[in-house]
Amino acid sequence: MIGISGVSKSYGQTVVIDDVSLTLPKGGLTSIIGPNGAGKSTLMSMIARLLPIDRGTVMVDGLDVALTAGDALAKRLSILRQDNHLAARLTVSDLVSFGRYPYSKGRLTDEDRGHIERALTYLGLDELKHRFLDELSGGQRQRAFVAMVLAQDTDYMLFDEPLNNLDIRHAVAMMKLLRDAAKDLGKTVVVVLHDINFASCYSDHIVVMRRGRLFRQGVPEEIIREEILIETYETDFKVRDMDGNRIATFY
Amino acid sequence: MSPDEIRKSSRLILLCLAALALISMVAFMTLGAKGSWSFVLSFRGTRLAAMLIVAYAIAVSTVLFQTITGNRILTPALTGFDALYVLLQTSIVFLFGAATLTGLDPQLMFIAEVAIMVGFSLALYRLLFGSGRHNVHLVVLIGIVLGGLFRSMSGFLQRIISPDDFVVLQDRLFASFNVTDQTLVGVSALLIGLVTIAIWRMFSVFDVMMLGRDTAVALGVDHKAMTMRILVLISVLVSISTALVGPVTFFGLLVANLAYILMPAAKHRIMLPAAVLVAIICLVGGQTILERVFAFDTALSIIIEFAGGLFFIVFLLKGRVR
Repeated sequence: MIGISGVSKSYGQTVVIDDVSLTLPKGGLTSIIGPNGAGKSTLMSMIARLLPIDRGTVMVDGLDVALTAGDALAKRLSILRQDNHLAARLTVSDLVSFGRYPYSKGRLTDEDRGHIERALTYLGLDELKHRFLDELSGGQRQRAFVAMVLAQDTDYMLFDEPLNNLDIRHAVAMMKLLRDAAKDLGKTVVVVLHDINFASCYSDHIVVMRRGRLFRQGVPEEIIREEILIETYETDFKVRDMDGNRIATFY
Repeated sequence: MSPDEIRKSSRLILLCLAALALISMVAFMTLGAKGSWSFVLSFRGTRLAAMLIVAYAIAVSTVLFQTITGNRILTPALTGFDALYVLLQTSIVFLFGAATLTGLDPQLMFIAEVAIMVGFSLALYRLLFGSGRHNVHLVVLIGIVLGGLFRSMSGFLQRIISPDDFVVLQDRLFASFNVTDQTLVGVSALLIGLVTIAIWRMFSVFDVMMLGRDTAVALGVDHKAMTMRILVLISVLVSISTALVGPVTFFGLLVANLAYILMPAAKHRIMLPAAVLVAIICLVGGQTILERVFAFDTALSIIIEFAGGLFFIVFLLKGRVR
């Protein structure tokens, strides 16, 4: 369980996260949606201690992220940020091996190698594992980074817009993979999404942020509703039921 | 490339580099030797040791600096070290005259210079990192500004000292590898040894740091403490090298990027030795050519800066060399 209580963050005079209290349940896939500048990524960064928290606390399984040692937390919680630029020349399998750093500190054991191989296979990277990252397309590189997070094998996995750079086929595959990781491996997956319909079809739980505050949260049926989406995005929406999913159109 | 291929090709490249480094060292020690061998060997041996120390210090500090900044065209020189060195030398000449500068006990001078430069960088980092923020690029930026300040102050002082003093000073400000003081070389070697012990077991942490702050934090590295630690190590290395032979600006950039181009993968375990070997080849080989071909007519640093400058331009024009 991730418990967020009274969390605020401001840059100078600008408040970007305003007193957010929220509990993300253990297990399942939670999506965080909301318009640009709603504070989704900032909140996620604070949960993963990438940004210092101005006020309030974030507890992951009873551990305060601001006080817990970094390497202890790295075995429970992992995060993938949006833009992952690397100056260094690394192969895909080199990159994925870094996911084992919290456990092995650079000396890979057989168990580590098993995790790395499984993560590569899971992301369909077996063919590419000896290629250098700068020889891959944006989508392939994105999958390599996701494989690294998977190899880290933490109970909580946070992804900041994991569908960036992915075409439709790979975006669907990625969401299925994250849902399966939640369902089959018992992981807790939290994603920041821009595509409302992906959130609607794949999430167990949706959190809506708006202007730095928690706006709504609940199961997709409660959230993907015309009045809520119109208020959130200040855009006209139509929501239809299609094959048991709620699909929003806004074109 | 598969891990085995990478291991094989990096081992091969490292062996070739080591052989070249060895050849240049032997050439430096023996070419054109006349008279008593014991004198030649001990005289050249001291200078060789000084060059090895500088090669090591510059190569390691530059690679580590580029690792923590995530940028391959930065060198630790940007944080104002060489400008501070120039200012120190200039101030002494300005205040006490050139005779005092040449008359000073070189060992005392060396220790004072290292202490002042390390102290300066420690104060700077403490100030920047103590305020809760930590941003390597801010360190670089402030280093550049302070470097500019030091340079302007030196420039001002140099304009108002007597021309005779200025000639002596100018000679000091070009890196020169004609170090003959064995004690200085010994002290430097000892300090470098201590730094080496500190970095010996940290290769995999360096690799994680190379992935950038966010990923490093997510993998459980205390990024702030580690950055501070690496910056301190860098400042010790650069200070030793600068105090021993004077400022060498482009050299680090040259050897680090040559190492990146030569080696198949970016792990520090192979990158650091490769950069050190390239540095030894450039320095010792360059000095040998300088002495035997150009008959000591110029300072090695001039050649290095010339070649380094050309390389830098080519590197920028070609974008990322791959």
